[in-house]
Amino acid sequence: MYVLPVPQMRFLLLFSRQGKLRLQKWFTPLVERERKKVVRDMTLMVLGRPPRSCNFLHWKDLKVVYKRYASLYFCCGLDDKDNELLALEVLHRYVELLDKYFGNVCELDIIFNFEKAYFILDEFLMGGEVQETSKVTVAKSIEASDMLQETMEEYMSKPAF
Amino acid sequence: MPAPIRLRELIRTIRTARTQAEEREMIQKECAAIRSSFREEDNTYRCRNVAKLLYMHMLGYPAHFGQLECLKLIASQKFTDKRIGYLGAMLLLDERQDVHLLMTNCIKNDLNHSTQYVQGVALCTLGCMGSAEMCRDLAGEVEKLLKTSNSYLRKKAALCAVHVIRKVPELMEMFLPATKNLLNEKNHGVLHTSVVLLTEMCERSPDMLAHFRKLVPQLVRILKNLIMSGYSPEHDVSGISDPFLQVRILRLLRILGKGDDDSSEAMNDILAQVATNTETSKNVGNAILYETVLTIMDIKSESGLRVLAINILGRFLLNNDKNIRYVALTSLLKTVQTDHNAVQRHRSTIVDCLKDLDVSIKRRAMELSFALVNGNNVRGMMKELLHFLDMCDPEFKADCASGIFLAAEKYAPSKRWHIDTIMKVLTTAGSYVRDDSVPNLIQLITNSVEMHSYTVQRLYKAVLDDISQQPLVQVASWCMGEYGDLLVSGQCEEEEPIHVTEDEVLDVLEGVLVSNLSSPITRGYALTAIMKLSTRFSSVNRIKRVVSIYGSSIDVELQQRAVEYNALFKKYDHMRSALLERMPIMEKTTTNGPTEILHTNGEAEPSVRDSKHPPNIPQPSSQANDLLDLLGGNDVVPVIQTELPTKPASSGGELLDLLGDLSLSGVPAPAAPISVSQPTFLLDGISSQPLFNDVAGAIPPMTAYNKNGLKIDFTFERSNSNPNVSVITIHASNLTEVDMADFVFQAAVPKTFQLQLLSPSSNVVPGLNKGTVTQVIKVLNPQKQQLRMRIKLTYTHKGSSVQDLAEVNNFPTQSWQ
Repeated sequence: MYVLPVPQMRFLLLFSRQGKLRLQKWFTPLVERERKKVVRDMTLMVLGRPPRSCNFLHWKDLKVVYKRYASLYFCCGLDDKDNELLALEVLHRYVELLDKYFGNVCELDIIFNFEKAYFILDEFLMGGEVQETSKVTVAKSIEASDMLQETMEEYMSKPAF
Repeated sequence: MPAPIRLRELIRTIRTARTQAEEREMIQKECAAIRSSFREEDNTYRCRNVAKLLYMHMLGYPAHFGQLECLKLIASQKFTDKRIGYLGAMLLLDERQDVHLLMTNCIKNDLNHSTQYVQGVALCTLGCMGSAEMCRDLAGEVEKLLKTSNSYLRKKAALCAVHVIRKVPELMEMFLPATKNLLNEKNHGVLHTSVVLLTEMCERSPDMLAHFRKLVPQLVRILKNLIMSGYSPEHDVSGISDPFLQVRILRLLRILGKGDDDSSEAMNDILAQVATNTETSKNVGNAILYETVLTIMDIKSESGLRVLAINILGRFLLNNDKNIRYVALTSLLKTVQTDHNAVQRHRSTIVDCLKDLDVSIKRRAMELSFALVNGNNVRGMMKELLHFLDMCDPEFKADCASGIFLAAEKYAPSKRWHIDTIMKVLTTAGSYVRDDSVPNLIQLITNSVEMHSYTVQRLYKAVLDDISQQPLVQVASWCMGEYGDLLVSGQCEEEEPIHVTEDEVLDVLEGVLVSNLSSPITRGYALTAIMKLSTRFSSVNRIKRVVSIYGSSIDVELQQRAVEYNALFKKYDHMRSALLERMPIMEKTTTNGPTEILHTNGEAEPSVRDSKHPPNIPQPSSQANDLLDLLGGNDVVPVIQTELPTKPASSGGELLDLLGDLSLSGVPAPAAPISVSQPTFLLDGISSQPLFNDVAGAIPPMTAYNKNGLKIDFTFERSNSNPNVSVITIHASNLTEVDMADFVFQAAVPKTFQLQLLSPSSNVVPGLNKGTVTQVIKVLNPQKQQLRMRIKLTYTHKGSSVQDLAEVNNFPTQSWQ
């Protein structure tokens, strides 16, 4: 992993209790092989934690913050100097946004609508930083983008994918 | 051609696969279909196909053949296409491959699109994965958008600018004008991203940092408003208004206040306010408090504020939430050096954390506990730490044991306590103790002379119970071999002496030798210990028997030792008692000093000087044998100086002049009687502590004299034939441009020593360090007194003759002990 002069979030991963990857967002450039290794290591480490452990661990020179929501683990890699308590709030906010969008979100929603999960994430974080702190504003942007999509599809009377 | 299967349909199908092989088959089939669809350049379904490809990619299957398709989607006019295309680019494209550069033009166009969501998705992609080249090309567009009044775009442009600066730091300057009014925004998204941008710029450039310091009052105001303002549903998290923004402002304040008195003062009040008013019942409040503490500790805050910060951390330690406890311990570890006393106040809470169930917390608590040990609390702390050592998981034991040894060494209130502590560690976690602890412990034990009988008695009792822990057994074997006589004599002041017979001790040691639990090294210790007891015990025959058995051991190390010990019994019995006598107090092994550093004086052309050949000094060969004469007690001249043809033969008179306060008998005195006359070879491996062989060899060299360009270094060796003789080689070097000719080195030593100078290598010390003159001095030091020497140097330099006297007192202790 690189040593960056300014602390930033390096990646955000979602995976199931069986270790299946559901979303991967990378905020620093890594080749495919390196990405796969990180995913493997994170999955092994997080799934191997005893219950009732704290939500932080150390991996190489990074802090890893993770939280389980139902059957999904949300896991992000932070710089050693980052605020891990705030990272928990970031993860929680993302879950809230997903919940608002999908209505009582569950893992299946994320599986079948993974591209939407990415779109929502891209309205909330950019380059590992929070870009919008208001839940309402993020929800409105997503809604409007979705409308834009549908409108164009309807116009072209072609099926959406 | 039928329409390609829809995305969700595919996902459903793949999930029905019952085995990995079945899934692979489905995927391969679908990939083939997608590939042919791509080949047909189908615009309608490209989006659908790429989406499916991204799903399969997430499952772990290769998807690189979709890369160019993503680029085509990005170039499309349909928003759906663009969205998926950009997503695909972020997942499949890699900035290390040139193909990603094809995106640049599309992004540029999209940044200028009429629809803000298209602009937004382009900014997002650039801000996530833009390479340095792309950033260079598009920075201008980003800068333009940073000045827009559209807050949706402005906030994205700010984070995109952050990414550009990360990739191409030189471009930072161009964003400076646009930052002017960023903090005047009311929109929280823009505010937040602006603070992030300012933070990035300040962290990377001291000039920017100085420039932005003037924003401190404004930042303080914004933070104040956040705290004081009423409930704002849009940004509220558990009753706290926009914690994300609060934390980022606190972080920026930290950077701006660090090292700057004025800024620090300007933020003191608001920090105190945040520290006292923030709600701590939920994680979000604690996240803000945590950031506040970090800021207080980093800036030049007044002491009251610092104490407040440490107390917050102390309260964190008592929080039910283990995340908070963990964070507190980590922060306290960082501050324990600078605010030691304040952290000490929370010592008992920290020690309680040793009992926490969480592994990460336990480790932090252990590290912090060791940092807090001092002379006052060492007894109490050690009790807790020893208890922890007993109860903790194996992964901690090695570090804990090492920590205890270190702390005990630094702060032991008494020698007995120290030995007791070591014993406890060895018996509790004896197999986890690090290998280097064993010699350190032995050295410690030898130094506590009055505790020898107590120590050996306790070790003996411990080993009676349990011989499975190797470090314990090794230390115990060594002690039994060394102090076995004390053990059987039944004298012990510290505790009730036990009755042990010689046979019982030998039983234990033999038990160690034969046990399957003993490692080869431990066996070596035991055998040597048995051997040493041959001079301390009377049951020599038994020892002889044991030693001779191992002469045919399969273990080569044991075999060698046994054979040599056997030889000691047979041929060299007269040497045995001297060889196996009590070990002297060992100095702590220091690392080797730096080897002589040669100073090179540039490449000046050597000036022409008179070529004086170093005189060929014929030396009688008896000089070399004089050493043996010294030992044999023949009459000896205290100082023998080698003769140079140009100097008068008798040098006794001059030497007496040197003496001054060094008293040296001018009369040949009989050499001090030496009890054992040694032959000129020594059987190897006799030393009872193999790990200490290196001590004698590693005597560091020293500089004895360094003046006017003449430098004389001493290097040391032990004489192989006599441990009381030190062999010193002087190395004279000349750093001036001109040679030093007629160089004569003379030395005198105090009464109890005897000194012999062998012939020098030459009497010209060439200039510019082009060579050294070496000369060997042999010093006999039978009383092992501290070596001192007075030296006299004479030489001709630049036409005039130079003479100098100097005292050499900085001999390393190993050279004369």
